[in-house]
Amino acid sequence: MQLFKDTNFDFMGVRKICYFISIALILIGFISIAAHKGIKYNIDFTGGLMLQVELEGVKVEQLRTVLSDIGFKDAEIQQITNEDKEIFILKTVSTENAGDHIKEALRTTFPEATKGRFVIQEEEVGPKAGFELRNQAIKAVLIAIIFILIYIWIRFKFSWGISAAVALLHDTLLTIGMLSILNIEIGMTVLAALLTIVGYSINDTIVIFDRIRDDIKIYRKEDEYRIFNRSINSTLSRTAITSITTLVADLALLIWGGPVIRDFALTLLIGIIIGTYSSVFIASSLVLDTVVAYKNKSKKK
Amino acid sequence: MKKSKYRATAITIFLLLTLYFLAPLLIGEKPAFISEKIWPGKLKLGLDLQGGSQIDLYVDLTDVPQKEQDSAVKSALEVIRNRIDYFGVAEPSIQLVGENKIVIQLPGLDDHERAKELIGKTALLEFKLVLTPEETKTVINRLDAYLEKNIDLYNMTHLKDSSNTPLEILEDSLESNDKNNYFSMLVKSDMGRYYVAKEDKEDLKTLLADSVFAANIPSGYQIAFGREDKQDSFGDTPIYFLNNKAELEGKYLSESSVRISGDSDFRNANKPYISLKFNREGSRIFERVTGSNINRSLAIVLDNTVYVAPNIQDRIRGGEAQITGQFTLEECNDLVIVLKAGNLPAPVNIGKTSSIGPSLGADSIRSGLMAGIFGVLLVVLFIIIYYKASGVNAAIALSLNIGFIFAALTAFNATLTLPGIAGIILTIGMAVDANVLIFERIREELRAGKTIRNAIDNGFSRATVTILDSNITTLITAAILYQFGTGAIRGFAVTLSVGILSSMFTSIVVSNAIFDNFVTNKNRDKLSI
Repeated sequence: MQLFKDTNFDFMGVRKICYFISIALILIGFISIAAHKGIKYNIDFTGGLMLQVELEGVKVEQLRTVLSDIGFKDAEIQQITNEDKEIFILKTVSTENAGDHIKEALRTTFPEATKGRFVIQEEEVGPKAGFELRNQAIKAVLIAIIFILIYIWIRFKFSWGISAAVALLHDTLLTIGMLSILNIEIGMTVLAALLTIVGYSINDTIVIFDRIRDDIKIYRKEDEYRIFNRSINSTLSRTAITSITTLVADLALLIWGGPVIRDFALTLLIGIIIGTYSSVFIASSLVLDTVVAYKNKSKKK
Repeated sequence: MKKSKYRATAITIFLLLTLYFLAPLLIGEKPAFISEKIWPGKLKLGLDLQGGSQIDLYVDLTDVPQKEQDSAVKSALEVIRNRIDYFGVAEPSIQLVGENKIVIQLPGLDDHERAKELIGKTALLEFKLVLTPEETKTVINRLDAYLEKNIDLYNMTHLKDSSNTPLEILEDSLESNDKNNYFSMLVKSDMGRYYVAKEDKEDLKTLLADSVFAANIPSGYQIAFGREDKQDSFGDTPIYFLNNKAELEGKYLSESSVRISGDSDFRNANKPYISLKFNREGSRIFERVTGSNINRSLAIVLDNTVYVAPNIQDRIRGGEAQITGQFTLEECNDLVIVLKAGNLPAPVNIGKTSSIGPSLGADSIRSGLMAGIFGVLLVVLFIIIYYKASGVNAAIALSLNIGFIFAALTAFNATLTLPGIAGIILTIGMAVDANVLIFERIREELRAGKTIRNAIDNGFSRATVTILDSNITTLITAAILYQFGTGAIRGFAVTLSVGILSSMFTSIVVSNAIFDNFVTNKNRDKLSI
């Protein structure tokens, strides 16, 4: 069985269109972020509301159902286990009247358990991670991109490193824009997913770069345009299969993983698609353009 | 032949290590015949999967001005977060609740007493001059004089107990001596050093806590407890008379680390101590202070306890100091952690500790595992359909890979959370990549008309370069995430690196070995790929 046999797609021919599409999509993402009044963070970063309640005879699973029925899908529910009573800590984003809303729902669902004073504590709760963690992640990604640039510079050429770095930035920005469009809030797990995308996308790009380097040595007389197309075509099967296996694993998470993993899996889904797209359509195209530009410049002289 | 021998050894070691670290997961309870020391710990589960304990902390804001309270709580939160991070608790949850309460949740249940002690330390490091004998004498005389008149105000349990007589009688009997040096009775002196006996310590504490009594200490001076010498059989605690003003503070520290002394003195040999290094400004102050106070003692005070008060022999340049004492290595490590993480802006009171259940319900955990199993099965199914018998080879490599990831996480003492499981599943999807690269190359070689033997060899050697290049860049990403990240980011970086390394090993080494045996043993003329 073979997915792509002897394909001869003209990837380089569509590169200008791809640049346009990418820039347009990034802009749309930015407009969406602006329309949402900035990037949306979830309770991990913003903090929220904490309710401590005593509910006799109630189970964690029941509570989760109640909260998710009234729209608090990401609520964190913990039971204090060293007491004889059933005491729960609920943490959720604090929208307007969230506390009253939850209390009301608890009263209607568990009329027995809520007869007396069942709310032990109701308090604003600060973020779990704080924005230093976010800033650290941003800093780490930027430094990682610089080191990757240096590595590719050593193993390949400087312009290849720059192209890969630009492609990586493209992936990250595009994914963040898409998250905003899909209304996914950024929390710890989504942050982890974004970091994975950086690793995944660079992996994909290098495989194609590697093939181009090989092919440049083999087909010395051909021009870059044809070599680049040939390399991408001959690695196309591999690119597709790796994307498919990763997507299959990710889809399993999305379908069976439950609500807690959903945002993580969804972010990865977007990221894998964008990462594969940028490896095939953006990274090598950028290299080609810099190579051609350099050649033209030296010709003019 | 030599190559295959090395390979067989490598694979055997790899398998044995994996089995060793997975033993607790596979067998469950430790068999009786295996020693506690070599039995590996079980893979730790995070707060979301198994719960842990919750510690409530209250930042004491009574002495903090209204305007600074907000920032004091915030920086307390930051300091505590740093300390727990240095302490090495993976995936804790630290949150501010309400005005001044900090709630810390730690996964699992071990070692939390130590964590608690660490969190509670203010970590205010100061260098203070010890009073000269004359100054000390003045302080003691003043306090003796005060106590003589006002002893009735204090409930000095032990002074009473020791004489076994009611206070009135004690006073009567002392009157005949015409002078009652209560303070000198409490704080005994021995060759220029002062100490308080174990049974008198509480009394002295009560006295020092009393504001009227404290007002009688001449201004600019203070009395501080030293660290109890655990090897002293009497249990005496040293007492120091110090200048109130700190000559130098912890904020000038640029570095603190644990060292082991190579001192020939048997009492100090191989004992851990803490080495301090000041920044440039701190070094200058240190040089000036030591230069102008030769032959006096300088006390190193941490959280109002004097750790050591060495005699200044000479002007000290270079800004280095040491805190020595009868420390255990663990104590040293904890001290360095608090010094590094900075001092708390206000004292912190530890409230109640409760144990908490997992933040994710059993249902979420079950669905996460389900997703994992389905994900792996689908990936395996796909590569077997696509690569046929060679796909089975990849599937074997993949199963080894999964085992190795879990074994390595156990070995690194990592904490597994639900997002962690998701990350592993994803790594598995990505791990197939190395095999795909190799198989695609082999197919190309076969299409180019090479023999099976050659196709396999060329395919592996050409793909290996690609695999190395692409995986090294991902490893760079992981290393930087580890270096610059904390907590959750670090855990993620570890999982990512382990996944990459093990997939490189299983695809390049294990798969190749399987191919070799398969092809050379049966002399096939067709390769199912």
